[in-house]
Amino acid sequence: MEPFVAELAQVEVEYGGGSLALGPIDLGLAPGQITALVGPSGCGKSTALRLLAGLEAPTRGGVRRTAGRGETSVVFQAPTLAPWLSALDNVALPLELSGLPRATARDRAEAALGRVGLAAATNARPAQLSGGMAMRVSLARALVTEPRLLLLDEPFAALDEITRRSLADDVLRLWAETRPAIIFVTHSVEEAVYMASRVVVFSRGPGKIAGELTVAGPAPRPEGFRTTEAFRATVEAVSRVLAKGMEMAP
Amino acid sequence: MRRLLDLLAPLALIVVLLAGWEIACRALEIPAYFLPTPSAVIASLWTDAPTLLISAGNTLTMALAALIMASLTAQLLALLVALSPILERAIKPLAVVLQVTPVVAIAPLVVIWAGIDHPERAIIALAAVVAFFPIFSGAVTGLKAADPDLERLFDLYGAGRVKRLLRLRLPSAVPFLLEGHKVAAGLALIGAVVAEFVAGSGGAQGLAWRILEAGNRLQTARMFAALVVLGLMGALLYAGLARLERSGLRWWRGR
Repeated sequence: MEPFVAELAQVEVEYGGGSLALGPIDLGLAPGQITALVGPSGCGKSTALRLLAGLEAPTRGGVRRTAGRGETSVVFQAPTLAPWLSALDNVALPLELSGLPRATARDRAEAALGRVGLAAATNARPAQLSGGMAMRVSLARALVTEPRLLLLDEPFAALDEITRRSLADDVLRLWAETRPAIIFVTHSVEEAVYMASRVVVFSRGPGKIAGELTVAGPAPRPEGFRTTEAFRATVEAVSRVLAKGMEMAP
Repeated sequence: MRRLLDLLAPLALIVVLLAGWEIACRALEIPAYFLPTPSAVIASLWTDAPTLLISAGNTLTMALAALIMASLTAQLLALLVALSPILERAIKPLAVVLQVTPVVAIAPLVVIWAGIDHPERAIIALAAVVAFFPIFSGAVTGLKAADPDLERLFDLYGAGRVKRLLRLRLPSAVPFLLEGHKVAAGLALIGAVVAEFVAGSGGAQGLAWRILEAGNRLQTARMFAALVVLGLMGALLYAGLARLERSGLRWWRGR
């Protein structure tokens, strides 16, 4: 079996006061797999994501990563673009910081913007973009480094339903091109089931894995997948695990 | 129509107030050394315009020189503070002490250091002390105000200290620097005028000196004229810097 791209082994995170916020948790991400993390607010989903990204260190336990820093990308809840840079320069930034010549970085950034459908907006500043467009720029910035591991922290939370759905399809389409391992945090069970082949449900206090489900079906999703019986059954199943996890919490 | 009214309303009020003042002065036969009529002030503005304008120029030049000095030192120190937490702990209390000490209190000392023949140096130094703090604190805040998620991305991309400073912290600080300079410019002018009063020497020949001089001679209309020029200059300076801030922000944000 291929090694995990990133793995948490018996990981625990404590608050400043010494009480347990998260764990113990075991979670491995296989290459090319899309995993969704769902759970109530404050259950440590985002912390788990930061641990996997190497942006935070656990109090106890091990984090193993075969994807290096340069092979890891993160998309946050907000687009997190630099307001003083054009869309193109924002996307080129990770490449420039990793030492690529400016011209090469900009060429690749332009291609990445094209892949998210923003070829016409290269010179626009973030303030001139809609929420959905800014999120696409953020996605292009995450993909421009051709990561092996892509972490999405509630990336569509601030967007309207239509934009959410079209961005979800964009992510799946882009995933199919290079097949990075994706882990994404979401509040929406439907979104989790639609996008992921594996849904991990968190419970709160301290954050733990309450259950894990596999989503059958082709990826990327075919037209009308949301209306199939299988989709609805899985959403139901995930919701049940989620509800059970909430009951267990104090 | 609405805009015209907005513009006319304050003007109309000023005219009404001035008319009331003029009528009251004449009717009550208030002595001119106590309260001159607006017409006398306007006459003084007209006849004293050359000296007043030269004095205003002197005060403005000193204030701007102070602003430049304050801007350079404040930003340099803020940069050092941003780079080293130890330096921050060292510098910040001193900066606060400098901020809370009234400029009037340290003025006599600075006048001695500058030398009796160079009151303008003392005035510039004192105005710079007043203008220093808003720029310094704005720069320190701004250099730390980068989006924490952007900071995380810079971690992820392995950016070092220098790259982080040049490509993230300095650009993030721009709005704070603009705001700091706007506030500091007004303070530099106030600082220059206050310092002129304390320095109390005709050597610098600024607007404050004109006010003192006219006051000593009981030329009250001239004092008012100098005050009008000072107020107009302050308002123009503020408006100019507010405009500069707006266009600076537009450039920074792209709209």
